[in-house]
Amino acid sequence: MKNVKTLNKTTYAKKAQNAGCGECQASCQSACKTSCTVANQKCEKKTADKKN
Amino acid sequence: MIHFYKLNGYNIALDSPSGAVHVLTDIAHDLLSRLNPPLGDSCPADILAGFDDREATAEAYGDLYELYRAGMLFSEDWDAETVHPTGLIKSLCLNVSHDCNMRCRYCFAETGSFSRGRSLMSFETGKRALDFLFEKSGPRKNLEVDFFGGEPLMNFDVVKRLVEYGRKTERALGKNIRFTITTNGSLLDDDSIAFINAHMSNAVLSIDGCRETNDKMRTFEDGSGTYDDILPKYKRLTAGRSADYYVRGTFTRENLNFCDDVLHLADLGFDQISVEPVVLGADSKLSLRAEDLPVIFAEYEKLAAAMIEREREGRGFNFFHFMIDLDAGPCVYKRVKGCGSGSEYAAVTPDGDIYPCHQFVSFPRYRMGNLYDGSFDTDMQKRFAGCNITTNQECRACWAKYYCGGGCAANNLSQCGDPVKPYGIACELERKRVECALMIKAALADDE
Repeated sequence: MKNVKTLNKTTYAKKAQNAGCGECQASCQSACKTSCTVANQKCEKKTADKKN
Repeated sequence: MIHFYKLNGYNIALDSPSGAVHVLTDIAHDLLSRLNPPLGDSCPADILAGFDDREATAEAYGDLYELYRAGMLFSEDWDAETVHPTGLIKSLCLNVSHDCNMRCRYCFAETGSFSRGRSLMSFETGKRALDFLFEKSGPRKNLEVDFFGGEPLMNFDVVKRLVEYGRKTERALGKNIRFTITTNGSLLDDDSIAFINAHMSNAVLSIDGCRETNDKMRTFEDGSGTYDDILPKYKRLTAGRSADYYVRGTFTRENLNFCDDVLHLADLGFDQISVEPVVLGADSKLSLRAEDLPVIFAEYEKLAAAMIEREREGRGFNFFHFMIDLDAGPCVYKRVKGCGSGSEYAAVTPDGDIYPCHQFVSFPRYRMGNLYDGSFDTDMQKRFAGCNITTNQECRACWAKYYCGGGCAANNLSQCGDPVKPYGIACELERKRVECALMIKAALADDE
């Protein structure tokens, strides 16, 4: 596209298929402990896929 | 819901419900800001008439229409059906020490005591907590246990015994516990460093930045600074570490120029850094105020620019609040549920009381139960699970909700008196951080 560069390859809707396993980390167990954010968490399935 | 902004020379449009992030030419940015769904296959004549270069505008419209058709522009918000409360607890924060050997001025835990008196968790209480987690986690395999305080290394023997018990029991139950620890660093020695690096999947190491910044806030009981004591210990720990860690600091309204402290930590060789806004009641002179926001925003922009420069120079580092993986990040269910405090995540005190999270421990009315009498308030658990970005009207109207997951309930409580009332300053900061993080992605995508 001449006018748009899209930075992601996928959308939440596409990723929602077979998602929601609940195996991912609770946000506050990562680093923050005071200021919640979820976007920087890892998807457990993606992490497992990378290892396999 | 689309959020448009310009930063560092980039025109960025975030289609919030799909998570799609677009970098636009000036004409596409201008055009998109004038469009409303549903879109047809050609640009409406009245909108086209507002542009001088109609051929270029029509071409830009074609690009935008393609994205619209792909569900990456003007997509629909997610609704309450996305949330599936399970009643499962999968993460525990164990306050193994309600005591601390430091006297940090901004401590939300009243220098470790949580206003409840100084005490240490017994092995028996910790063991009951792990058993509670095993039972309440149902079919969940991956569990998390954070050793927290106060200062958890003041109770290191119990930490070691609990890890041993957890490791032994998880195998029998088919579980996988990820142990983590949050420490002030002062009691680290060869033994504890080796243990942490062998058993903790993440270590959070508290330090605020340069000596002057750190020692103004983080002192020992005698008032002396802690920087020179902890820094060599952190260097030893991280040098021998293959798993995650964060050096983690706090900024207050007394050091709003926190960018310099982040860069100082990076210059020391740490590459996993988190420096976060203070959490205290509105009456504290250290708390951030609305009038501080322009200064803080400028600091985040300065930090983002510095991170781009360092990445290009091959000496990049990770800043926790700018971490966004646009393709491999959490699924929408996680984004909607948020941090899970009180629903999937809980904290346990040395006397076995259960709270929605470590920060709620100072609020007795949020006590959910106790490990010794077997009580657990499932109604409160359901209430926490029901408060999310699909039900909170202020969150529903915010473009950044899929990044913050609704923010911090404890922060809301301490600032607004209600865990579901968004703390506006935290929301403003989160929105700014997301803007900066996406701009970094845009800039680095230019290099590819």
